[in-house]
Amino acid sequence: MTLIDYGNGSPAIAGDAWTHVADGAVLPPDRPATISLERWKAGRDGLTGRNLPLGIRLESHERIEEILPDLPRFALIALDFPNLNDGRHFTTARLLRERYGFRGQLRATGQVLRDQIDLMKRCGFDAFELPAGKDAASAIAAFGEISVAYQPAADAHPTAAQLRHRQPVQAMAS
Amino acid sequence: MYAYDGLDETLVRERATQFRGQVARRISGELSEDDFKPLRLRNGLYLQLHAYMLRVAIPYGVLGSDQLRALARIARRYDRGYGHFTTRQNIQFNWIRLADTPDILDELAAAEMHAIQTSGNCIRNTTTDQFAGVAADEIEDPRPWAEIIRQWSTLHPEFSFLPRKFKIAISGSPSDRTAIAVHDIGLSMLHGPGGETGFKVWVGGGLGRTPMLAEALRDFLPGADLLSYLEAILRVFNIEGRRDNLYKSRIKILVSTLGIDRFRDLVEAEWAQIRDSALRLDEAEVSRIRARFSPPAYEATAESGQFAGRRLEDAAFARWSAANLFPHKQPGYAAVTVSLKPVGGIPGDMAADQMDALAGLADEYSHGEIRVTHRQNLILAHVRQDSLYDLWRALDSLGLATPNLMRVTDIIACPGLDFCGLATARSIPVAQRLSERLAEIDERHDLGELTINISGCINSCAHHHVGHIGILGLEKAGAESYQVTLGGSSAEDASLGKIIGRGFGADEIVTAIETIIVTWLELRQDGERFLDSLRRIGPAPFREALYGRE
Repeated sequence: MTLIDYGNGSPAIAGDAWTHVADGAVLPPDRPATISLERWKAGRDGLTGRNLPLGIRLESHERIEEILPDLPRFALIALDFPNLNDGRHFTTARLLRERYGFRGQLRATGQVLRDQIDLMKRCGFDAFELPAGKDAASAIAAFGEISVAYQPAADAHPTAAQLRHRQPVQAMAS
Repeated sequence: MYAYDGLDETLVRERATQFRGQVARRISGELSEDDFKPLRLRNGLYLQLHAYMLRVAIPYGVLGSDQLRALARIARRYDRGYGHFTTRQNIQFNWIRLADTPDILDELAAAEMHAIQTSGNCIRNTTTDQFAGVAADEIEDPRPWAEIIRQWSTLHPEFSFLPRKFKIAISGSPSDRTAIAVHDIGLSMLHGPGGETGFKVWVGGGLGRTPMLAEALRDFLPGADLLSYLEAILRVFNIEGRRDNLYKSRIKILVSTLGIDRFRDLVEAEWAQIRDSALRLDEAEVSRIRARFSPPAYEATAESGQFAGRRLEDAAFARWSAANLFPHKQPGYAAVTVSLKPVGGIPGDMAADQMDALAGLADEYSHGEIRVTHRQNLILAHVRQDSLYDLWRALDSLGLATPNLMRVTDIIACPGLDFCGLATARSIPVAQRLSERLAEIDERHDLGELTINISGCINSCAHHHVGHIGILGLEKAGAESYQVTLGGSSAEDASLGKIIGRGFGADEIVTAIETIIVTWLELRQDGERFLDSLRRIGPAPFREALYGRE
């Protein structure tokens, strides 16, 4: 697995400080860890004393609305894409960024394909776990292949309509 | 018509370059066919029985003459010299080589065209009235709104991987020529309480395995809120729509499972959150797009006496005028339907030479604009009445003047088993034989408006459920079997056809349809339409004529 981090405004291969911990396994004492939504719901009391950053993983059918009050507890949310056709977490990502104000790392996991990551970035993802065997350089080159955006989304990309009707700078000042 | 600015052009060129990279990775083996398939489908490239098929988008069916010439060039250089117009107002090329597709997309981009989202589980080409800007009963020209939807839906980051394909139609007139009732979302324009224009919103219509008519979702939506409301519907669909079963994943299933009231609650709740966001349409942008669709420079001219005279002199011209002309809101003008349904021909097919010739006629007679209809015909929308006779003669010499719009030989047919990998039976030969058999009956008895739609499988690409007579080709024990439905309509009186009885073999179907029509002629009153007779008398006489007293 290769991690691409877009947290600093441009994509780069990054080391991964996080460990995804399987249900039932012990959390590492010295590293940030993610757990499943199921584990969080079942055993949150046992996790509250931990002093390390905590992350949560959602499968494609799981909904973020289940844990909205808990969002401040998580430094990372990992949204899983089981295949290219399951686009539910494109919506989850936008809601997290635009509606629920999530500022931590939003990570795409599973079948994260080169040809989808630019759209994922627009929806608010800032970290991408490439499946084993996928070419990281090719994936990095995929960002920004399409430079024009017709729609507002979770990123700061101005839309085509905004560019067309952008007020002159002097008019903004007055 | 809409002309690209630098941003539109950049996007289409970048998308072509991106697809070139995807094709290169497929050809090098870096991408398997399984991985490539969803990528090529999102760009209109299907693998059919004999070759790749490329479906090119014709946004809301409007083409400039140079764009039609570009399609002719592509047909010649990369296909076998023809193209096939579809029920979604697009065009398909049936004999494409994978390695050529990047070059084709570059040629399309140079003509301000593309193949973006002409297939795949995303928002497809928005369709509209072929008489937009022409029809006298129009509340407002729907094309600027269709262009606004085109831009919003193009490469939408959130809605590019939906549970299933998604189709939107928009009508500017109370007379519905867009089949709103069978779309995932239908928008029909109307005046709001304060006189402002907006939309009535319909949702959950569709054909396929489970045909359903759309339900009313919202009685009035202000124009400025169009995109936020669409986004709310799509968001609910993306999260709530089924993904476990291909045949239950369209929004119609979600709407019918939840019930329209519960579905509406979800949409309205979502909409309340995003209504005042950047999605609210900026009046400056709406005006910019609207200006692109301002009417052409009509010449002041009265109703033409010459036109009336020619119709008296020439019976063939009179017949064509009666069938293929549509009244224009500009006095002295008419909108002309160019039939792509010659008797015995393949519905919707057009040769490259015909395309070039028609592009010339559009320049000469109709302000350089051509439109594609969802009935697989073409329109020259702005023709002076005193030019009609010359235009008709030119069209006739090209084989494009069959006087049959909405008549029994104006058959809608999908490519069927002659091309399509999904088909279970052939459509084209049935359409050809039917049109040959029925042309003569129509000439003798003047059958009036009577539509026939032939689909080669349950996916219903030819919309057989909404044909006055629908034919569905199935495979039964290794042989083709054609099921007949009666009573469908996609107009403002929309209804779904009902199956009349057991299916017919390939050698029986033409005679069966003829039997239905002959039976009807004996029961027809005062020149009524087949559909109206059927609604009056019911299906029993037809069942008896087809199957006897069983």
